[in-house]
Amino acid sequence: MKVAVVKYNAGNIFSVIHALQRMGVEPVLTDSVEELRRADRVIFPGQGEASGAMHYLREHGLDVLIPSLKQPVLGICIGQQLMCRHSEEGDVDCLGIFNADVKRFVPVRHEDKIPHMGWNTIHLQTPSDSPLGGEQKSPFKGDLEGSFVYFVHSYYVPVCEHTAAVTDYIHPFSSAMHKDNFYATQFHPEKSGEVGQRILKNFMEL
Amino acid sequence: MLAKRIIPCLDVKDGQTVKGTNFLQLRQAGDPVELGKLYSRQGADELVFLDITASHEGRKTFTDMVQKVAAEIDIPFTVGGGISELADVERMLSAGADKISVNSAALRRPGLIDEIVSRFGSQVCVVAIDAQQDEDGTWTCYLNGGRIPTERKLFEWAKEVNDRGAGEILFTSMNHDGVKKGFACDALNRLASILTIPVIASGGAGQMEDFRDVFAKGHADAALAASVFHFGQIGIPELKEYLRKENINVRL
Repeated sequence: MKVAVVKYNAGNIFSVIHALQRMGVEPVLTDSVEELRRADRVIFPGQGEASGAMHYLREHGLDVLIPSLKQPVLGICIGQQLMCRHSEEGDVDCLGIFNADVKRFVPVRHEDKIPHMGWNTIHLQTPSDSPLGGEQKSPFKGDLEGSFVYFVHSYYVPVCEHTAAVTDYIHPFSSAMHKDNFYATQFHPEKSGEVGQRILKNFMEL
Repeated sequence: MLAKRIIPCLDVKDGQTVKGTNFLQLRQAGDPVELGKLYSRQGADELVFLDITASHEGRKTFTDMVQKVAAEIDIPFTVGGGISELADVERMLSAGADKISVNSAALRRPGLIDEIVSRFGSQVCVVAIDAQQDEDGTWTCYLNGGRIPTERKLFEWAKEVNDRGAGEILFTSMNHDGVKKGFACDALNRLASILTIPVIASGGAGQMEDFRDVFAKGHADAALAASVFHFGQIGIPELKEYLRKENINVRL
């Protein structure tokens, strides 16, 4: 299986590559339209800033390519945010795969610290109100309900029609999303221990 | 709900952990990568690796170790010790560290915090503060691993660090460190009330009750300890079960 990791100006993508290597997968890191189109799986990772990232994607034609991909695509952290319509971070239009707009967390109480950083639980949307189309088709399978995963982010995607899992911090937000062949997590599966490894494995086995 | 974090700290010198350990099941108890992996399997939420090497060759060995940790361990980790300029931060992040911690260098030149934050983001920047409470109750910040007192006072400095954009504060009470009679809960509680960023408590862990108190009374976001874990006095799985029973939200 050929796995491609989208190369762009986002920080610490090496942890994703290491996590894949621990599973015995040797990914290619690339911003080539051709190479990404040919891959069996595409991972769209990253930490970073939305408007700078979108600028890089547009310069490389990836803003057109990514929404047109047909193979399973997994966005991680800023990857998930860039797959939405618009982000408040740098007030930028994004890829428009998910029908949602990215917002900045606003603290309500003194204890609400920004960024949301650390381990929090994910709660899967039940099949009746989720667009998952049967849990076998998703990397977010039922046994992950209530699992702890690792988050670092200041912006979030509100709960919407494409929400696959919800996490509560200040208020509920989309911690995982799914639409057709596009999957995404706000958390970092590559830093989420055994649970994260299982999600990546599920994605590879889709 | 966001979980309270338990963080083992490993002191590393010339590529080996310094404090002895009781982990007989490890082939090489002195290998920080092996020890880090064991803690990760036991449920540690993050790891901290502190480079206490002085020599240039030792620094190179430490960078190699960071690369190995990044390749083999799948939870977040922070590295500290000897980070004095932006180039050191860059080297550690390129080696795969998730966060770096600065201490003396930030006290000597606070602008370093702003530089790290604007270049790499606040989430990578942990500022470590070693402070000692004097007889009149004042907390004084110390340089060079607690050897040199400064003019800086704990609460003012912590607020400044917060306002300069650091992601977290790692506070070690020199009065409590090594005594094993509990964390500095009063000072921690005051830090929690004046800061808007998470506080990692360090110094004083002796029993499981100390961890309950540091979260329930000190309102810390994370607790760091070394010897109670290294010598097997407290196992991370038992500690987390205990904290869960005491209604502290931890990752199990």
